[in-house]
Amino acid sequence: MSADAGLPVELLLSEEAIAREAAALDQTWRDKPGVWGWLTAVDHKTIGKRYIITAFLMFLAGGIEAALMRTQLARPENTLLSADKYNQLFTTHGTTMMFLFAVPIMTAMGLYLVPLMVGARSIAFPRINAFGYWTYVVGVVFLYVSLFANTGPDAGWFAYPPLSTVYSPGHRMDVWAQVVTFTEIAALVAAVNIIVTVFKLRSPGMSLNRIPLFVWAQLVVAFMIIFAMPAVATGSTLMLAEDRAINTHWFNYAEGGDVLLWQHIFWFFGHPEVYIIFLPGLGFITPIIETFARRKVFGYTALVMANVTTAFFAFGLWVHHMFATPIPELGQSLFTAASMLIAIPTGVQIFCWIATLWMGRPTFRVPLLFVMGFFFTFINGGITGVMLASVGFDKQAHDTFFVVAHLHYVLLGGGIMPLFGAFYFWFPKIVGRKLSETLGKWHFWLFLIGVNVTFFPMHILGLEGMPRRVYTYMANTGWGPLNLVATIGGYVIAISVVVFLVNVIKSWVAGELAGPNPWNSSGLEWATSSPPPPYNFTYIPVTTSRHPLWDTSVELPVMTGLRSDRREVLTTTTFDARPDHRHEHPEGSIWPMYLAGTMGVVFIGSIFSPYYVLGGLGLALIGLFMWAWNSIGEHKGPDRVLAPDALAERA
Amino acid sequence: MHSLFDPQSPQARAVAHLWWWMLGVGGTVWLGVVLFAIYAAMHPRGNRASDGLEHVSPETHHRVERVVAGAGFATVLILLAFLIFDFSVGHALAVHPQRGLTIDVVGHQWWWEAQYEDPDPSKMISTANEIHVPTGQMIQFKLRAADVIHSFWAPNLNGKRDLIPGYTSTLWFKADTAGVYRGQCAEFCGLQHAKMAFYIIAEPPVKFAAWMAAASRPQDQPTDSTLLYGQRIFMSSGCAVCHSIAGTEARSTVGPGLTHLKSRNTIAAGTLANTRENLVKWVSNPQNVKPGARMPAYQFTEPQLTALISYLETLK
Amino acid sequence: MAIRGWTLAGACTLALLAAACEREERHLNEPPPKPPTQFVAQVPLQPGPTFINDTSEGPYDDNAYSASEGQVLFEQMNCSGCHSNGGGGMGPALMDDEWSYGSLPQQIFATIAEGRPNGMPSWKHRLNNQQIWQLVSYVRSLSGLTPKGARPNREDHMMVKPSPSQTPQTPQSKAKNSGLPLSSMK
Repeated sequence: MSADAGLPVELLLSEEAIAREAAALDQTWRDKPGVWGWLTAVDHKTIGKRYIITAFLMFLAGGIEAALMRTQLARPENTLLSADKYNQLFTTHGTTMMFLFAVPIMTAMGLYLVPLMVGARSIAFPRINAFGYWTYVVGVVFLYVSLFANTGPDAGWFAYPPLSTVYSPGHRMDVWAQVVTFTEIAALVAAVNIIVTVFKLRSPGMSLNRIPLFVWAQLVVAFMIIFAMPAVATGSTLMLAEDRAINTHWFNYAEGGDVLLWQHIFWFFGHPEVYIIFLPGLGFITPIIETFARRKVFGYTALVMANVTTAFFAFGLWVHHMFATPIPELGQSLFTAASMLIAIPTGVQIFCWIATLWMGRPTFRVPLLFVMGFFFTFINGGITGVMLASVGFDKQAHDTFFVVAHLHYVLLGGGIMPLFGAFYFWFPKIVGRKLSETLGKWHFWLFLIGVNVTFFPMHILGLEGMPRRVYTYMANTGWGPLNLVATIGGYVIAISVVVFLVNVIKSWVAGELAGPNPWNSSGLEWATSSPPPPYNFTYIPVTTSRHPLWDTSVELPVMTGLRSDRREVLTTTTFDARPDHRHEHPEGSIWPMYLAGTMGVVFIGSIFSPYYVLGGLGLALIGLFMWAWNSIGEHKGPDRVLAPDALAERA
Repeated sequence: MHSLFDPQSPQARAVAHLWWWMLGVGGTVWLGVVLFAIYAAMHPRGNRASDGLEHVSPETHHRVERVVAGAGFATVLILLAFLIFDFSVGHALAVHPQRGLTIDVVGHQWWWEAQYEDPDPSKMISTANEIHVPTGQMIQFKLRAADVIHSFWAPNLNGKRDLIPGYTSTLWFKADTAGVYRGQCAEFCGLQHAKMAFYIIAEPPVKFAAWMAAASRPQDQPTDSTLLYGQRIFMSSGCAVCHSIAGTEARSTVGPGLTHLKSRNTIAAGTLANTRENLVKWVSNPQNVKPGARMPAYQFTEPQLTALISYLETLK
Repeated sequence: MAIRGWTLAGACTLALLAAACEREERHLNEPPPKPPTQFVAQVPLQPGPTFINDTSEGPYDDNAYSASEGQVLFEQMNCSGCHSNGGGGMGPALMDDEWSYGSLPQQIFATIAEGRPNGMPSWKHRLNNQQIWQLVSYVRSLSGLTPKGARPNREDHMMVKPSPSQTPQTPQSKAKNSGLPLSSMK
């Protein structure tokens, strides 16, 4: 190890020295107290926790919307919800789950855990991280206030024109277009942060082929966000909003526009979007399997390549959402091929995981149960996905409940089950207490049964002719019984989520205390206390293998020398993570929240008048100026190149 | 049954065939992988070493590598097989004659307009929501949308095709057996998307020709005084502003044509059976049945309504 | 101070929400607003003291759904045949400030329902009250008399005029003085 770094080795820092360092770091890095501190917080763990909680609240909101929809559909010609209310509910359910829950929670897990996993003191851009969170909150509040003001969007989460342009009077779809703007800005911000953190802030010695698979997944997803999100921004914030507000003709065939243009632009984003939700889920699985099977994962390189391949392929599939439209059939065939072939990298990942389990000795703690649930549920969804890739079959199944079944199997099985597993796995790290195993097992079994009872019958309903997005159906279609079964399953899912909430609340308050590494896992995040201190690590760890905490030949080596009187992080080179220079990080700041508020004025105001846009931009400019001014004030000198400091063994 | 499981045309049969194969193979794959995953998780195989981790011998590791590679390869083969099978089905579905009976379908919010093309304009038939076709020959549907995107889908007969404003899409199928096949709009189109159904009524060619002859005949003028009164109400109140009846002065194309209304099985785009009671219910307040539909409610008095419905019932 | 600030913010929010509530309401299966029952003056000239009470609020003026349905009706009933998308032709323009028979909601209702000399048909027995009020809302939006948020967007047609939502807001007072002075009547 010392041969790697070529530096002299000092042995055994004293307990006293470590404690002094920790106290100084705590003083430097912690958020200010009180309301002001709460508003100006830039610690990535604080922001990450807030993001996770807000996104989970959105999961609950979307779930309530789903419960209402399912109740309405339990019987034919039910009168619980009017057509208008139902349309608002299913649109809001889709928009909430896809934009306000799924992507944010996956990026939030990344924003919290990635810096810890790569051994960094902080995320790359703390203030813009805060800005992303506040922008997201503006979107959340805007959508839900609008929903309660009878202005909730009602033309589907996919908002096809001309329904969403000409035939959606009022401001409902303008609300939709701007909610997309806010969530997409927040996602882009998170993506940039993660990429730079992973490339530049890794612990010394953590070359790219040593970063954990969770981090690989987040990195790949961050790149996907950067390429996919601008498409939906162009489509909704620009084209759709403009067609509605200022009379442009993007989707007006009579003036040279094209209705299908929207579908292409939206699905160019929309297909990668589901992989943006799904790939982080895959990232959760590897550490869980490794920890509970007690062995290093089989096929690290294959898993990494599979992630990257999936991300590339994901951009070549979007037309499979448009197989029923009058576009040339030769083109459709290409997308059929791509849509089937994307199953290969995912299949490879699944085989590698099963191989790991086979060669290990699994103990069935709740996180691993959720991974088994993933196998059971996601593979079903993946196979129906391959079926839907076929144009002929898709023309029967498109826009029916078969697709609803497929999408929920892949999203719930491939995204949410690993997410719940991840919650149980990392909750001790984030909160410092373990979640209850017993309640966790109840949660798992109820959720697994609920998901399958709800969505399996929908395959049959779809093939029996039931289209999507219908507020009711005629009794003579015979769809009643299966719909009732699906509704009952939905209630079972609701109960399982309640069990989870009870578990979280009980454990947060009085759960079993967790030490730094309660699962005896291998990642760097387990090398610090639970919950981690504001500065993450007292000394930056040095990485010598893919599984730092399992490499028992040496105690975890660390690097000293970063200042503790200023917020300093260590940047390292991109490929080999050799120490490069020290960088000063900013203190807490109110300007991210201010800027998010002014962006809110700009975009929400654009619905009503161009003067709000101008005024809001003016206010935003002030915020940008003050943000930059504070940065100038904080830098006390140029970034300093690292002087060769001592590497020390931790006592 | 209005479903893919009951194919009544070669097109639907080809897709159903593909479906059953995909279900069989896909279901087997799912079962196999899930069972193996459970087996793998339940049967520990490694040896706990001093580092607290499980290790296996290099030979076992090599075997696992080969198995995983093999599984990956098998996945590729299965997918290629699916792909080839799908392309052949797609190719078969795309085959159609140069010309055939052509029906223009225009999707409106929330009803279906159908017009039978004919070189002789006097033989063109215009109807709504119920489309008769002859069995045993390929029928071409030319699909257009009047307002928003709709989707024409009769699962017993073929997959769906979207009706996109600004485009004309085409759909071909051949009904093998006579029968009444239900279809429903399959692209969200607004408030009453859920109640926008249609029926394809496939009949043997002779019966179809008889239907066409009957359908192109204008309605007879009523002679009974109540019926005349009903007809006058139809013409003088708002009905004739939107609905047409061949043989009368009512020629508007805004709403569904009502010529031969009583020969249809359903009204309101498949929402209600075509009985007197339902006609009364629908005409007196359409908003009760399909809130948001563009048919307004008029305040008819009891005798007016009775006469009007009686007149409509003569439109066989 | 803080309490007053929060109260003000709350009041503004509630006002916005209330406005949103009516603008977005879909008036589907409910009885329509009553037609004007009082005598509706077609011109403002009245001998003696003014006794007829004008209200310049149409029941569907601030309802976006109704204005949009009015737009659909305008096309379906072929109003463009004479009024050409609002620009006039055989009939007078509907986008300008000149209203031969008045621009108040009940005056436009009367015009549509009863018809007018020289070609405006009487729609009273052909459209029901809800449809006529929807048309009233749409026609008023053509010249910017209704709140901006409630006016319909562009149609999927060739752009022959700015959409009603792009028309500048016209205060009722500008168009309220309905009718031309007798001396300039053609």
